[in-house]
Amino acid sequence: MSIVAENINLTVDGETYLRNVSFELPNEDFFIIVGRTKAGKTTLLRLLAGLEEIDSGSLTLDGDDLTKMPPWERKVGMVYQQFINYPHLNNFENIAFPLRRAGLPEDKIAEAVNKVAAVLGVEEFLEKLPSELSGGQQQRIALARALVKDSKLLILDEPLVNLDYKLREQLREEFKNIFNDQRERLVIYSTTEPAEAMELNGTVIVMHEGEIIQIGAAEEVYNRPANTRVAEVFNDPPMNLVRGVVEGNRIHLNQDVIMALPAHLQNLAAGRYTFGIRAADINLKPDAYAAEVQLGEINGSETILHIKLGDISLVTEQEGVHQYDLGASASVDFDLNQLYVFDNNGDLLFSPATNSSFEKAMQDQEKDN
Amino acid sequence: MNSSGYKIFKFVFLAFWASFVVAPFLWALTTSFKTINGVTSGATYIPWVDYEPSLDGWRNVLGTGSQGINVIEPFISSAYVTIGASALSLVLGTFVAYGLSRFKYRAGFIRNGDITFFFISQRIMPPVVLSIPFFLMLQQLGLLDSIFGLILVYIALLMPIAVWVMVDFFNNIPKEIDEMAMLDGCSPLQTFLRVILPNAKPGLVVAGLFCVIFGWNDFFFAFTLTFTETQLLPVAIVSLNSSATPWWSLSASALISIAPLIFVAVLVEKYLDRGNLAGAVK
Repeated sequence: MSIVAENINLTVDGETYLRNVSFELPNEDFFIIVGRTKAGKTTLLRLLAGLEEIDSGSLTLDGDDLTKMPPWERKVGMVYQQFINYPHLNNFENIAFPLRRAGLPEDKIAEAVNKVAAVLGVEEFLEKLPSELSGGQQQRIALARALVKDSKLLILDEPLVNLDYKLREQLREEFKNIFNDQRERLVIYSTTEPAEAMELNGTVIVMHEGEIIQIGAAEEVYNRPANTRVAEVFNDPPMNLVRGVVEGNRIHLNQDVIMALPAHLQNLAAGRYTFGIRAADINLKPDAYAAEVQLGEINGSETILHIKLGDISLVTEQEGVHQYDLGASASVDFDLNQLYVFDNNGDLLFSPATNSSFEKAMQDQEKDN
Repeated sequence: MNSSGYKIFKFVFLAFWASFVVAPFLWALTTSFKTINGVTSGATYIPWVDYEPSLDGWRNVLGTGSQGINVIEPFISSAYVTIGASALSLVLGTFVAYGLSRFKYRAGFIRNGDITFFFISQRIMPPVVLSIPFFLMLQQLGLLDSIFGLILVYIALLMPIAVWVMVDFFNNIPKEIDEMAMLDGCSPLQTFLRVILPNAKPGLVVAGLFCVIFGWNDFFFAFTLTFTETQLLPVAIVSLNSSATPWWSLSASALISIAPLIFVAVLVEKYLDRGNLAGAVK
């Protein structure tokens, strides 16, 4: 089975939800759509489920037109951001619902429900109503119902976003195991958090304003963002992007911030570029570039500083807790080996030769959540 | 106000209010066991002490007495009309409401909101405006003075109530539940019958209760659209009110006409206060 989309457009009341979306999803893979709120993630997922109609383009399943197929014939499992269960049925019947619709015999239903309930740790709640469970348990019931049926496509639309931090961590870990084991169906998962995408370890689809802007392995997308928009969406905090000029082996970001070209950019011709650097690669260091602190946020064991170097606004991320008053002066240095260069269309030209550890980045971003 | 002061106030107020509500019933009950002497000899309340109780009033309206009008037949006619019209209104109104809640309709400038308003507007018009058209229509159909004709008219009166209540109720059931049901293999009709209706029980009870109350109590159309063949209870009770009003019979028949509504209200009371949508979406 493979799902192919070609040039899909969807506009509702003058607002564009999807723009020229094309992709090919082969079977037995795990895809993670990453994008900010309103990037079109939910719309795309609903389209695949048959809950949304397209204006133009084509969507096919093994060559058959999928847009003509109503949702109840598609064999799609879906888990919503909200915890959607059938309020009038107990949890056993909630999970059994799709199996009853498919006309399975009673003993097969009981077997399948008990099996999936054991995997998700909800056996003890089967006799209760969904309303008697906590949010995390309700979401497990919804997931159990999506997993129990013989679906070809499993869709999870930001399933963890309404859960508290601890539960999110725990369920994410379980998801990783469940979906990487589930190689008999296509799993598509959406999230706003790059860290979640990196941890879940699937193929990443980055969306922005209704368009797909990059598809690739999480590590690849992280290390080589195709353009400035991916660099922003797939980093938290977003990658700093600064316009600058290369002249005589030096990078001029403004009159005061001038630095030597690092080794991996020796081939960069003179001209105008957009430079990208992650918040974590800008470090506090005495006797470096003078900056003014605009805002300091302490985020767990890290401090996020919004600083200004003349007319350049940057965000830095520092280990440990640092207290800075508004307008305080600081001194920062750039880890130039981690400098990205984008051309004037925003497309990636050069990425760092040695990547700052992907594993470390994952841990860093973990802590932010 | 501190909480115990509030509790006392609440108790006193509710007791006061309850006496207001219950007193007329007690009055009717005691009057129904009186004879002409008991009614005309001043205010009396306690049987055997204040007056000598008699079953004449009850015998008269139940058709076993020497005088008065038998209310059993109008009672049954009223039951047919009320139950028939309420049931049909509820079925039709629920389908209409689900459609208005879940699908987008457009015909020229008309949208869902306009259609909903069209239904409700049927109740905005004073009934007297409708009486002549209804009369002429039933006359054309040969359904004047018949139970079936009254059921048709009552559907026009009751269905707007059902639509109104149910549209609001369906709007409060998350659409994601419909979508989930469809993804789980339900066609739209199955989604409605298997998932939405079971969750709409409190709404159905409220809509049904309204229909029954309005249908059972209607006097105007029961009066204008019937003559000799069919008589509904409210009309029968009023016809007791001749020059020498038999207060004892009138009281007995009033109690008979109220009894079914009290019975229905007690029956459905437990459904009215159940937040059974909690847990659908958190």
